[in-house]
Parts: sequence; structure tokens; C-alpha cells
Amino acid sequence: MEERVLEWDYEIEGKDFRNAGKVSSKVKEIMKELGFDPDFVRGVAIASYEAEMNVVCHAEKGTLHFAILPETLRIVVQDKGPGIPDIDLAMQEGYSTAPLEIREMGFGAGMGLPNMKKNTDELDISSTVGEGTVVEMLIRTPPSKERSE
Amino acid sequence: MQLWEIKGILEAELLWEPVDLQLEIETAEAADLMSDVLSQSIGGELLLTGLINSQVIRTAEMVDIKAITFIHGKRPDAKTIALAQQKGILLLTTNLFLFEACARLAMRGLTGSSGTIW
Ligand SMILES: Nc1ncnc2c1ncn2[C@@H]1O[C@H](COP(=O)(O)OP(=O)(O)OP(=O)(O)O)[C@@H](O)[C@H]1O
Ligand SMILES: [Mg+2]
Repeated sequence: MEERVLEWDYEIEGKDFRNAGKVSSKVKEIMKELGFDPDFVRGVAIASYEAEMNVVCHAEKGTLHFAILPETLRIVVQDKGPGIPDIDLAMQEGYSTAPLEIREMGFGAGMGLPNMKKNTDELDISSTVGEGTVVEMLIRTPPSKERSE
Repeated sequence: MQLWEIKGILEAELLWEPVDLQLEIETAEAADLMSDVLSQSIGGELLLTGLINSQVIRTAEMVDIKAITFIHGKRPDAKTIALAQQKGILLLTTNLFLFEACARLAMRGLTGSSGTIW
């Protein structure tokens, strides 16, 4: 059994609320198919979905890169958009600039970034105002996990 | 508690069929804030909500919610119902308000994720 890197790339459209979540749904399906533990899958899906929703809610468009490495999962969400002027502030629970239309859909509580932190082992955000944002998340795969391939 | 009991207690209607009425629901949660649903490490298997947009279905999918009850007679549009059906997430609608719906279920023994009401 040789270790290979499995990776996928998806596009995310800003303000396309009808399709928002499709990409994370794919990520979740892949993980389920590969036989990862359901609780682990749920945490990864939540982190991925929060990042995807941030592109839909706050940016113009973006991409999601998902890679399964030997001991970690890596999700990189990159967008073209307004960027985040103060990342520490954005990371605070409850901080949100989401407009009314987003709040009416049940989002915009300012909990997405903290929740991504909670569900990942490493969260790295870099952003340039007026250009866009890159969110990188690393999640260690459970050690007990033995996947048959 | 099985789905047929929940349907009866809430005098609810199924929004797509056929479904397994014997589906076992162990815990429930109520929220109009998707962020709250997403921030629970262990959520409920049944979500009661007043929101009917397609993000409710997507959110439910992420956190492994098995069934959603819309309160106050609300109904999502056909596309949203179709998405739920595709994902195998059961949909119910009740004329009850959120508090009444939760209270009825709790009085009949359904709990939240902590496994207790008191
Ligand atoms: N990709 C992004 N581009 C631009 N701004 C962003 C991006 N992601 C987050 N932000 C900014 O950071 C704030 C906090 O983000 P966070 O995800 O924590 O909360 P939210 O998206 O506002 O609400 P919630 O995630 O609870 O629905 C946002 O309101 C927005 O101002
Ligand atoms: Mg967010």
C-alpha cells in the first residue's frame, strides 16, 4: 500500500446562496467514502463550510483546495474580495460585518472564524485589503484510523 | 423517539415522501441561527427552526441532522425540499410556534444533546 496524496480543487461563487455549501458537501462525501470516523468528518465539514460561507457572504469568488496528506488534511480557501483589515478583530466571537440579507438567512453571528479555529489544529489567515483572503486549515487525521485502500 | 411519534405530537406534515417513519431520533435542538447549529460540537438529530432557505438544509447536512421541523406552518420552496430529499434529510412542517413545539416534545421525553432537560 503506497501513500499517495489525494487532492481536489473547487470553485466558489460569491453571493450564490443557492449553491453555497456544495463544495463542503463534496468534501464531506469524499471523507465519508474514504471511511473516516463520522465525528471527525463532521468537524472537518463544519470548518470547510464556514470557510466556504465566508467566501459566499463576504467575497466575490474563490477556490477551495482539499488535500488528504499522510497524517493531515489540508484545506486552503482563497478568495478575491475586500480582504480583512483586522484579522484579530475578525477572529473575535460575535464580530461580524455581515449585512441584513445574510443575517436573515441565519448567518452573520460572527462565529465562523472562531468555529473554524475550534475544529482545526492549525488555522492561518492572511489577507490583503482590496485584494482578497487566504485561509489555510490543517487537521490531523485520527491516529486510530486505518483506511483500507 | 421515532419519527411517527414526533409527527403525531407536533401534528406535523411530511414535506417529502416516502420516508422511514421508524427513524429513531434521540436528541433535538432548536435554532434560527445557523451559526449556533454549526457551533455545537454535538447537535441534535432533529432541528426545529423558523428558517426555510436552502442554507438550512446545507447546514443540517454538515452536522448530520436527520430531520428538520419547520414551525408556524412555514414551507421551503420546491428546490429546497428537493435538496433535502436528495440528501435524505426528512422534512416536517407544523403549525405550532417554536416554543410550543419544543415544549410538547420535551414533555414527551425528547431531550437536547446533553441528554436531559433538568
Ligand atoms: N473571506 C473573507 N473576506 C472578507 N472578509 C471576511 C472574510 N471572512 C471573514 N471576513 C470578515 O470577518 C468577519 C467575521 O467572520 P466570521 O466568519 O467569524 O463571522 P461572519 O461570517 O460575519 O458570521 P458567521 O460566520 O457566524 O455566519 C466577517 O463579518 C467579515 O467582516
Ligand atoms: Mg462566517
